[in-house]
Amino acid sequence: MGKKVYNLPLGGGSMKVKVKLFTTLREGRGKELMVELEEGDTPQKVIDILNIKKEDVAILLINGRSAEFDAKLAEGDVLSLFPPVGGG
Amino acid sequence: MYGYKGKILRVNLKEKTTKVEELDLEKARKYIGGRGLSSKILSEEIDPKVDPLSPENKLILTTGPLTGTPTPTGGRYMAVTKSPLTGAVACSNSGGHWGAELKFAGYDAIIVEDKADSPVYINIEDDRVEIRDASHLWGKVVSETTKILEEECAEKVKVLTIGPAGENLSKIASIMNDVDRAAGRSGVGAVMGSKNLKAIAVKGSSKVDVYDPDKLKEVFSKCMKKIKENGVTGEGLPTYGTAVLVNIINENGIFPTNNFQTAYFEKADDISGETLAEKYLVKREACYRCPIGCGRYCKVDDIEGGGPEYETVWAFGADCGVSDLEAIIKANFWCNEMGLDTISAGATIATAMELYEKGYIKDDELDGIPLKFGNAEAIIEWTKKMGRAEGFGAKLAEGAYRLADMYGAPELSMTVKKLELPAYDPRGVQGHGLQYATANRGGCHVRGYLISPEILGLPEKLDRFSLEGKAQWVKIFQDLTAVIDSLGLCLFTSFALNAEDYSQLFNAVCGTEYTAETILEAGERIWNIEKIFNLKAGIDSSQDKLPKRLLEEPIPEGPSKGWVHKLEDLLPKYYEVRGWDENGVPTEDRLKELKIITG
Repeated sequence: MGKKVYNLPLGGGSMKVKVKLFTTLREGRGKELMVELEEGDTPQKVIDILNIKKEDVAILLINGRSAEFDAKLAEGDVLSLFPPVGGG
Repeated sequence: MYGYKGKILRVNLKEKTTKVEELDLEKARKYIGGRGLSSKILSEEIDPKVDPLSPENKLILTTGPLTGTPTPTGGRYMAVTKSPLTGAVACSNSGGHWGAELKFAGYDAIIVEDKADSPVYINIEDDRVEIRDASHLWGKVVSETTKILEEECAEKVKVLTIGPAGENLSKIASIMNDVDRAAGRSGVGAVMGSKNLKAIAVKGSSKVDVYDPDKLKEVFSKCMKKIKENGVTGEGLPTYGTAVLVNIINENGIFPTNNFQTAYFEKADDISGETLAEKYLVKREACYRCPIGCGRYCKVDDIEGGGPEYETVWAFGADCGVSDLEAIIKANFWCNEMGLDTISAGATIATAMELYEKGYIKDDELDGIPLKFGNAEAIIEWTKKMGRAEGFGAKLAEGAYRLADMYGAPELSMTVKKLELPAYDPRGVQGHGLQYATANRGGCHVRGYLISPEILGLPEKLDRFSLEGKAQWVKIFQDLTAVIDSLGLCLFTSFALNAEDYSQLFNAVCGTEYTAETILEAGERIWNIEKIFNLKAGIDSSQDKLPKRLLEEPIPEGPSKGWVHKLEDLLPKYYEVRGWDENGVPTEDRLKELKIITG
């Protein structure tokens, strides 16, 4: 896992998506990032940019709703990424 | 005898007598032990209509057959009784080390009967059992009581005790053990208080025998591997504790805020497991034989102790509109010292805050500590006063339902069967809401944790808003949970283990011949005897409901905006999959199939 704290924003496209990271995914990346993407980009693209392994993401939400890695993101979306969490 | 110790200790506090009885092994195996066996015993020994705080109620402190064995998390005990909060069957479950020690002392369970004339405690050193005067302990907080008993009883004694809240018969009082572990819910601490029983100190020196040690070794290795490799039990819980849930639940828009008036808390990250780990965590704690170690130990100013758990962080945090994690840690500390259930205590203060803001509760009752949402001082001060039943604190100590009812607004208490709902808004998790409505002990999350499939994707991902198949899922989760509780294992193992694993552990330890299918049937048997107790106690399907707010007021904002809970559409299907009639009463045929009745 990279130790670098990214300078915002990342990506360089015209569509802005807010990415929220939790627990161990925050290490070296911070809590919240703004990513600039191209039309049609997906959460997979986001984790590639952030150097996050797919298997480290157990729960992926777009605007609070469960979603897949190949979903199409839209301007203003909030993408939340979690490693496995549980409790009760 | 394998797994079980084969002995039940019966203590009559009025007569000051103690008696050792033989365990009915056949019955034990049929109802597994712990929660299952003791619910059966309670059903046979008390009239379900008794006043829960009268001498006629009994308190059963019970272990499972795997408690005190080398099985992963095999250290749980349960307090089974009739609840003074709900009037339903209560089974409150706790970890720590006390449960295993009771097994080492030679007992599967203690049945406490009647009421002592003055405060007493029970001291157990293997087969030496004494009922001792506890007048010097009465009024003392949990840590102080524990310390005194550690000095006056055997070396390395394990202590279970109530705090001032239980003595004052608070309907939300817990039973505490090992200082900071709690059998929290349903007011079981008040039952102990009503019997003038302050504490039970236990020291044991025997082992629990295992039927097939080689087989156990094999099953143990398999289960440990699963627990270690599972992301939740192997990493999430050990690193961040249960409060790791704060952000995920909030991001789904189901984090009840300001007494369920909304379900998204803007400042959730300030009170998250991540923040707790970063700023306040001193060390991790693990219960007996636990490879997970989700327990936290935190310090703020001059206060330090176990916790806080996710539910506690929510109850005193978002539910009270408070984002001050230091204040939450302090409120948690005082709950543990007073012996108060943290969910009920926080949720009751949240209810009081809504009653205050809506003008039902006036300033002249409040000793200058206004119950406004977001008031961090209020959660600390009112928790202390609740524990001591001081002033308005005495009203809070009655729990949310009775408090709101006193002001003519019972609909403002977010309760099911008078038990305060925990930290997930059912409007955005339909299956979990069905489970709240149908749980035998009332609005509870640990009788069938549908959050696991609906939010966490374990064992598979379900659409949280869909109703499809949810009744079946609720039934299976409820039955499996009854198994895990009754065995004496921690529910958190179920993130990694399944029914087959549990049956193999049980068989290796006890020499039983359960399969995944038959052990789930045993769970269903347990669920049904609890249900029958409730029906006899007068709690019928008219109480299988959710607060009006959750059925009629859509969530106003956030990711679950616009949703209400659709209980009416789910409940008939649930009764059907349980094999109950349309009134939610178990049918004779089903009870015969489950071998609860014969003929």
